[in-house]
Amino acid sequence: MIDRTHTRREALRLGAAASFVVPALAAGAARSAAPAEILNVSYDPTRELYADINGAFSRYWKDHVGQDLKIDLSNGGSGAQSRAVIDGLQADVVTLALAYDVDAIADRGLIAKTWQSRLPDNACPYTSTIVLLVRKGNPWKIHDWGDLVRPGIQVVTPNPKTSGGARWNFLAAWAWALKQPGGSPASAKAFLQKLYGQVPVLDTGARGSTNTFAQRGIGDALLAWENDAYLVLAEQPGAFEIVAPSISILAEPPVAVVDRVVDRKHTRTQAEGYLNFLYSPLAQDLIGKHHFRPRNPAALAKYDAKFPKIPLVTIDTQFGGWRKAQAQFFADGGVFDQIYAPR
Amino acid sequence: MTTATIAAAPRGRWREASILPGFGPTLGFVLLYLSLMLLIPLAALVARPWASGWDGVWGTVTQPRVLAALRLSFGAAVAAAAINTVMGLLVAWVLTRYDFPGRRLADAMVDLPFALPTAVAGIALATVYGPHGWIGGPLAPLGVKIAYTRLGILVALVAVGLPFIVRSVQPVLQDFDAEVEEAAVTLGARAWRRAVSVVLPAVAPALVTGFALAFARAVGEYGSVIFIAGNMPGRSEIAPLLIVIKLNEFDDAGAASVGLAMLVLSFGALLAVNLVQLAMARRGHR
Repeated sequence: MIDRTHTRREALRLGAAASFVVPALAAGAARSAAPAEILNVSYDPTRELYADINGAFSRYWKDHVGQDLKIDLSNGGSGAQSRAVIDGLQADVVTLALAYDVDAIADRGLIAKTWQSRLPDNACPYTSTIVLLVRKGNPWKIHDWGDLVRPGIQVVTPNPKTSGGARWNFLAAWAWALKQPGGSPASAKAFLQKLYGQVPVLDTGARGSTNTFAQRGIGDALLAWENDAYLVLAEQPGAFEIVAPSISILAEPPVAVVDRVVDRKHTRTQAEGYLNFLYSPLAQDLIGKHHFRPRNPAALAKYDAKFPKIPLVTIDTQFGGWRKAQAQFFADGGVFDQIYAPR
Repeated sequence: MTTATIAAAPRGRWREASILPGFGPTLGFVLLYLSLMLLIPLAALVARPWASGWDGVWGTVTQPRVLAALRLSFGAAVAAAAINTVMGLLVAWVLTRYDFPGRRLADAMVDLPFALPTAVAGIALATVYGPHGWIGGPLAPLGVKIAYTRLGILVALVAVGLPFIVRSVQPVLQDFDAEVEEAAVTLGARAWRRAVSVVLPAVAPALVTGFALAFARAVGEYGSVIFIAGNMPGRSEIAPLLIVIKLNEFDDAGAASVGLAMLVLSFGALLAVNLVQLAMARRGHR
């Protein structure tokens, strides 16, 4: 599961990033120290993104701080990764799919409760959204969420109980249903029930669903992370099309330093430098290149053309934050369980 | 049979059952080993779910969704082990009684499910038995769906369980004296009669052992099943997946409750199988 990516990148232009990244007080302390190693525990679809960023950052760290820094990367389902950190996986930083999974770690005292205010943009250096992926030529004329529940259409999405991406999928569909004429929580629940009634396979993670749809040819539409959808397009050119629904959700994958681990390993400087680096122009450009939506206006402008203009609801305004959404929809006995209750 | 030897040992002074030296150290080592490997981890599992008392555990285990998952896991495991008992005996019979080109290759292939990572087996099965696969494709127009249904779970469990039966039965068939069969022929027994009255009783204890092993493996199987099951709550969701789901919900007590239920049920099933074996061994020695 761990990729070693520290030697991958050639020389990189860093320019303006320099002053931004290294906290002044820490630069001296870490200079000419022994080689260090930090572990980034992340969710599934960031594999390629962090492979690039880790190379860029260790090069940057060597050039500006003089220390050899190796960054290990672990990918998996967001919930499972959160669980692993709670159970003792020595993650210096976590970069997960949704704030609830970081909150869960904070609830057990490994991360300060204030983690989300320690970095800009609610500690989310990039965003993404949920789109629909259909087969070439869009044979079933699927243009919006409502088309997914037409008779005979099969929809592929992972299990929200085990997948962070699947929770964003679920909430995006819910937000659309609420906005329909006469929309109410009851009508939204009925819509979701119908939608999940047309799901033939509930994989445990987003990558699993993507493979089920793209490699095994199951289903007519895939509810996917925007960045994952672009990866599929690149892997199998001409086989699929991205459909931008009329409304979706602003997915905000957060990042945090795991305080208890970095204090024990004495890697706080490196871990904080790493997360700050994510906001630098260089990393923001890599973020755009890997089909995540950058926060930096310049990087966003550069990649603007590939991100469809979808009205996006947010987890905070529409659902009152992740803790509330988790309890209402995905906890034991929540809306998702009710949908699958035997009728 | 070992069970019979133990039963025949003199009672009363249990320590003097054997004249071989080294009883103390070996027993001590075995107990330590079993404790480290089995008893302590299992004790941790048994101790875990009681955060909200007996009601909490019972409430979790009797949820319709949990019951459905347990039924599916144990039902499919029994069915898969039963299918393997018949088909595995046939495979073992062919491999030991006949010589044909590629026999050694076929013999080695039987072990593959042991060696293959279960996820690989699951993905391969889902591909082949899926609606666009080599086997699933031609069946799809006939309305037969295998991958992403309960049938798919059965296929995966049969695939991973096969070597247990074959490897249990094969040595017995190899050692089985051909003279006994020849004697049966000279006494006029026909093929069917020879199979039922002569061969089957000899391999029956090994078959039961193989059944138990295949069943135990199938109950706990996770990796291969989740790729082919479809994982629909209440329909094709196996109990081990439900444990993972509960862990992801940070419901440790709930996960441990389901784990405990599986432990109790598995232990009961394996105990029953052992009793059957014991009865067979007694009858065989009379």
